[in-house]
Amino acid sequence: MTGSPVLSARGMVKTFGHVVGLDGVDLDLYPGEVLGIIGDNGAGKSTLVKCLTGALVPDAGQISIDGEPVHFKRPQDAREAGIETVYQTLAVAPALDIASNLYLGRERRRPGFLGSVLRMIDKKGMRRDAAKAMTDLGIGTLQNMAQPVETLSGGQRQAVSVARAAAFGSKMIVLDEPTAALGVKESNQVLKMIREVRSRGLPVILISHNMPHVFEVADRIHIQRLGRCAGVVTPTSHTMSEAVAIMTGATTLAETPGR
Amino acid sequence: MSTTSTASEQFALRRRAPSQRVQHLLHSYPAISPFLVLVISFVVFSSINSRFSSANSLSLVLQQVAVIGALAVGQTLIILTAGIDLSVGAITILSMMVAAKLAEGAGLPGVLAVVVGVALGTAAGLVNGALVTRIKLPPFIVTLGTLSVFTAIGLLYSRGQSVQAVDMPDLLSWTGESFRVGDFRITTGVVLVAALYVVVGFALANTAWGRHVYAVGDDKEAARLAGIRVDRVLLSVYTVAGAIYGLTAWILIGRAGAASPNAITDANLESITAVVIGGTSLFGGRGAVLGTLLGALIVGFFRSGLSLAGVDDQYRVLAVGLLVILAVAVDQWIRKVKA
Repeated sequence: MTGSPVLSARGMVKTFGHVVGLDGVDLDLYPGEVLGIIGDNGAGKSTLVKCLTGALVPDAGQISIDGEPVHFKRPQDAREAGIETVYQTLAVAPALDIASNLYLGRERRRPGFLGSVLRMIDKKGMRRDAAKAMTDLGIGTLQNMAQPVETLSGGQRQAVSVARAAAFGSKMIVLDEPTAALGVKESNQVLKMIREVRSRGLPVILISHNMPHVFEVADRIHIQRLGRCAGVVTPTSHTMSEAVAIMTGATTLAETPGR
Repeated sequence: MSTTSTASEQFALRRRAPSQRVQHLLHSYPAISPFLVLVISFVVFSSINSRFSSANSLSLVLQQVAVIGALAVGQTLIILTAGIDLSVGAITILSMMVAAKLAEGAGLPGVLAVVVGVALGTAAGLVNGALVTRIKLPPFIVTLGTLSVFTAIGLLYSRGQSVQAVDMPDLLSWTGESFRVGDFRITTGVVLVAALYVVVGFALANTAWGRHVYAVGDDKEAARLAGIRVDRVLLSVYTVAGAIYGLTAWILIGRAGAASPNAITDANLESITAVVIGGTSLFGGRGAVLGTLLGALIVGFFRSGLSLAGVDDQYRVLAVGLLVILAVAVDQWIRKVKA
């Protein structure tokens, strides 16, 4: 963790009626790191991430990107700021093909008259670049970019989502429970992709219930408990069971400072 | 083959049963089934009565199909977004009656009357779209309501009276004028409908807007998360559909030789029928206007063929009903496609 943070959030508060989702949470994301976020159900993991990606507007708190304060009112705003999100729900359009999904909402037009006047999209170019983006992330098994996404397995669909985020995220990518719906092999492929993204210098936030997955790829782990940050640990400083103990309140970071 | 063999690769290499192959083929090219039905009905009806395949009879089919075929383009757009439009006929009648009444006795020049008709259809579509996107009402309820509202306004405005083509500027019935292509007699209305199919088909297949229409109908939430402004796409679809209905009003005057408030009473169901037989999914996200064209032609073939075969028109109604059920059943089956 060197240099200044790419993204920093200070004093994030979000309430839903009487329910307190976030109770003053700070978070920093540094260049080229994978930051894991763990926490029990209702600890505020998703709420925190939704505030960072514009899906929710925090009641209080300040988010800065590269030191510049930002205010996200909708996901579009976060996206334009270079934050790409991969959702647990495999947010892809099943009937559209891989290339169309990769470029959904950012279709590229053909050059010249065809593009400017007839508004034709560059199907060939997008398919070619989609294939390259997929291969770059080590997903060589998907060759046909014109294949509808619904004919893919869950892991392959998630690969499309990750590839989309990696291709367009200029600041960071956020993965919300990317392996929750996947099997062992498919999960490993997603973890491989996360490392690949990190190796390009793009920082990643990984929210997961799955401790082994988090401990496998994360550089630092933000532990969320009852709407607050219960501490930030690293896979070398703390064991998995210590992290779980902090997460569930069995101990605190002060009592278990780690190695 | 590479030496690595992941589970997904093995999965992709397994053998497929013949029925799965058919399923996959239909999944990739949904227009195949309506195309086959069209070809088979053509062959069967021609063999029953050779007059069926005569240029005269086929030209007539085209003219009969034109109006519903045009309305079905708008209906296709809306059904692609997983919506439905029950106000198709009402908007058309409203546009037609207002344009015709304004132009009656050349109160308004023909060009302006046509423009007013299309503009009114566009505005009516915009109303539907606004109710769907702003007040978040289901399209079925919105268009069920506007079906009555637009029909009533159309009838009140025209006092329930028809306007004959002779009482209007020539331009309004220009769409009914015909020219010869070989032995075929083609009306300008049919040409307009063909152009409509080309333009909308192109936009759906080759523009970002088309992609977004499919994505919104396919999975609204995924589309939203991908950064598509879902409401804006929906609003544009209802508005474009309204413009198409307004244009169809002009074609209908030419076809009927009059503007009658009682014309095309079955437009709603017939347009939905053409879309569904054409393989566009009522659940949204799947289909194309090419299928709709085939669907409209199939209905036209059944009407002409069964009438030339000398059977009661109710058999056509029966056959079309069965086709609709079959088409939706096939769609359900196709949607269950696996890798």
